[in-house]
Amino acid sequence: MSDIIYEPLKKVSIIVSRGSLDGIYPGLIMANGARMEGIEATLFFTFFGLDAIINKRMDKIKVATVGNPGMHMPTFLGAIPGMSAFTTGMMKKEMEKIDIPPIREFIEMVNDAGAELYACKASVDMFHLKKDDFCPQVKDIISVGKFYELSAGAQIIFT
Amino acid sequence: MSTTEIAGKTVEIDADGHLVNMNDWDENLASEIAKLEGISRLTERHWLVINFMRQVFKEKGDAPSIRRLTKESGVPTKELYELFPMGPAKKAAKIAGLPKPKGCI
Repeated sequence: MSDIIYEPLKKVSIIVSRGSLDGIYPGLIMANGARMEGIEATLFFTFFGLDAIINKRMDKIKVATVGNPGMHMPTFLGAIPGMSAFTTGMMKKEMEKIDIPPIREFIEMVNDAGAELYACKASVDMFHLKKDDFCPQVKDIISVGKFYELSAGAQIIFT
Repeated sequence: MSTTEIAGKTVEIDADGHLVNMNDWDENLASEIAKLEGISRLTERHWLVINFMRQVFKEKGDAPSIRRLTKESGVPTKELYELFPMGPAKKAAKIAGLPKPKGCI
């Protein structure tokens, strides 16, 4: 055992890169958990992770039932129409029981808790999006360089 | 576990500094713990949160999540973070004489 005493975490920068329910929630839970502990939190949404903050999409996020070994379901079953919607419904019910809010409410909650939300410029350009396409909690569309600048002193977590 | 003296009262505390026995708690003690946590004066809004947390804990055996706290006590998230800076759930629980909340949300 070493006697090194580590400094408590002061700041985290969380990257959300996936657009499925199971891809988005971990980042939101970690950001909210950080704020609950008094740790500064920045959320950076990139690639399909942008779906979590796009006004028209954020209420329609589903569980990935195909290509997700954690589902313990053969790929052809996961591909049946309605399977993803069904699984998503089940999961949402379980999440409600343990007080995990729907994505829109969760985004409002982490923002009210003091976390800052940003969209990735490269992805925004690639998908031809504008600032108006995002929910009001998104503070800005920023480059990777700006992201690193904002992450000074933070632990960067990629999800 | 160890004992400490707060507001002239000898109380048992756990490793995180929370009261072991919630019945040791009184309003005087809460004000003193709040001062130790950097909150110089407990306002009516603080008390609303503290009393709500104690009530939920008595019913369920755990402190409420931030979400339940905001929805049911009527204190919005933003205000909660202003009332109890640097970690509202944990701080409010400590001042309310309760153990650290177990939940993640």
